[in-house]
Amino acid sequence: METETATDKSIEIDREESNFHYDVDYKHDAGRGLDEGTIDYISNVKNEDDWVREFRQKALKVFNEKEMPTHWASEDLDTINFDEIRYYLSAGEAPKRSWDDVPDEMKETFERLGIPEKERKFLAGVEAQFDSEAAYSNVKDAVSEQGVIFVNSSEGLAEHADIFRKWFGKVIPTGDNKFSALNSAVFSGGSFIYVPPGVKVKHPLQAYFRINAEQFGQFERTLIIVDEGAELTYMEGCTAPKFETSTLHSAVVELVAMKDAKIQYITVQNWSANVFNLVTKRGLAHEGAEVRWIDCNIGSRLTMKYPGVVMKGEGARGEVISIALANDGQHQDTGAKMIHAANNTSSNVVSKSISVGEGRSTYRGHVHIPKHLKGCKNNTECDALLINSKSRTDTYPAITVRGNQHATQHEASVSQVSEEQIFYMKQRGLSEAEAMSLSVNGFVNDLVREFPMEYSVELKRLIDLEMEGSVG
Amino acid sequence: MSSLEIINLSASINGTEILKGLSLKVPKGEVHAIMGPNGSGKSTLAKVMAGHEDYIVTDGDVLLDGKSLLEMDIDERSREGLFLAFQYPAEIPGVSNANFLRAARQARLPEGEEIDAVAFYKEIYSKMDQLGMDRKFTGRSVNEGFSGGEKKRNEVLQMMMLEPSYAVLDETDSGLDIDALKIVAEGVNAMRSPDRGFLVITHYQRLLDYIVPDHVHVLSDGQIIKSGSKDLALELEEKGYDWLKEEGLIKA
Repeated sequence: METETATDKSIEIDREESNFHYDVDYKHDAGRGLDEGTIDYISNVKNEDDWVREFRQKALKVFNEKEMPTHWASEDLDTINFDEIRYYLSAGEAPKRSWDDVPDEMKETFERLGIPEKERKFLAGVEAQFDSEAAYSNVKDAVSEQGVIFVNSSEGLAEHADIFRKWFGKVIPTGDNKFSALNSAVFSGGSFIYVPPGVKVKHPLQAYFRINAEQFGQFERTLIIVDEGAELTYMEGCTAPKFETSTLHSAVVELVAMKDAKIQYITVQNWSANVFNLVTKRGLAHEGAEVRWIDCNIGSRLTMKYPGVVMKGEGARGEVISIALANDGQHQDTGAKMIHAANNTSSNVVSKSISVGEGRSTYRGHVHIPKHLKGCKNNTECDALLINSKSRTDTYPAITVRGNQHATQHEASVSQVSEEQIFYMKQRGLSEAEAMSLSVNGFVNDLVREFPMEYSVELKRLIDLEMEGSVG
Repeated sequence: MSSLEIINLSASINGTEILKGLSLKVPKGEVHAIMGPNGSGKSTLAKVMAGHEDYIVTDGDVLLDGKSLLEMDIDERSREGLFLAFQYPAEIPGVSNANFLRAARQARLPEGEEIDAVAFYKEIYSKMDQLGMDRKFTGRSVNEGFSGGEKKRNEVLQMMMLEPSYAVLDETDSGLDIDALKIVAEGVNAMRSPDRGFLVITHYQRLLDYIVPDHVHVLSDGQIIKSGSKDLALELEEKGYDWLKEEGLIKA
């Protein structure tokens, strides 16, 4: 039996690759709990304009007034203790342009996560956020020379207020939901990106969000504006160490694609199992523009995320491609919102979820096509894969189509990795974890092909690690 | 030592005993055929050897070169050198044939070693050519949408790529037309070697015209009731299994 223990241990180490944290001296700490004073503290540290302070204070009121959405969502939300959470932690230093200047513990963190290496290999720019603020932010000269702005949200507010303010909170209003209100009150970090008309950014820009502290809430705020005919691919990655207590990650991401612009936003998140990941993401697509969300949700205790696209201009396109993997004790509550608000707009939703052990996956879709429009199209496919009988999957597609000049299509399927499949693969020499991993990768294979190469490799690796851990 | 040895093996499923003290020894370098009527326990034997979890071994042992297989997990048995060509191979959606075989080959390498992708493709293409398989099968999902014959050819391809020391072929002839049967048999024959033993399970003698066995055993009601040379298969073909009933070997 000793060999078995040894195997378990090696798996433990593999799975735990992002499970580490450093003791950091935080210069700025807003303390535990949330009230007006917390917000004043954040605004003071950031030296914010009055309009931002007012925006935050108003948002706090909305947050306090709004009920938890437990009437439709998981009651697990009620276990979040907002009085215990720390809302702002930072080392009090501006983000560095060179990794050499980043404080050691933060630099080591990102090196262990492979960020500087990826930057050298294939990225046009990187922002690396450590708890509340970016530790590193840099964009390659060739990209900044084209007029592309890529900074954190505080810098965006301070240096580019004219563009920032025009769109800030316009795609996702404060009162959209309880957690968008929370983010609007205490937001810190996140990216502000502006791509000038006609500029096609060849390589992706990437943000990496790292939670280091315990009982902490990370509330990054991202606003991306891609001007007429311009194109951008943005990627984000997220990890946190595993603590006994719960961690909150509640981001708001707003995308604006001007006429004929294209935005592709890719997320590969691998949260530890104590993270509540409650994120609001939406894009606004003007005439002929395209907004595409590629969203991979691995890990976390509860993820609630429904990326959306509002197709405001004629011929706009929206797409959500999502993969969710719910392991034991996890709930992936994900989906998509497609709001058609102009003629001849089209949307596509492809969602694949995998539930393992007692993991639970929920798909919630919302497609809205009003009566006065014509020529709108939606295609929705959601497929669920169950691995062992205890896992659970639910699908709640809501398709509201008024009028008869539209084409919509909805398909859903549930399949299972059968014992005969596992037996067959094991007979060829694969371990149970390898066999399951291969089945899961097979299930998501057609979607993964849509990803940039580096990220499909990353996703495959994460699935492998997750399946190893689930068999034990 | 160099043999696949089944010793007094008894196994049951859902409380019903299917194998009842079966003994058989396949030395390396030999091809043994097991024939028998439907329900005699042929497929059960194959599955029990591979370690299928629906079956409970109640007595006996299976030794691969002296090592007990029964104490090993399914995948360990495979890596130890046991290959089962399935009667009904499973389909694995989304997983390409090439990736599946690469993973199986990778599983046989020591930690940290990677297979050479170029050499792998070269090898798989040459083996597919030998089996008359279109090269596009490397990119197709394992067995998904394959015809019966394509599935069986794919089993033989996997066997050729994994080079087991012992191969159990479970009704590999079923569902094959005569041309496919010949190709599959050629594949098997090409693998015959002093370093490899075969156990060929079949209901019909036809396959044994092409894969000529060294020994033939008749399985009935969970036991080997008669063993002989390849001529035994012909005799069975001619006289049918009822002949054994008349001999008093099968309970009427």
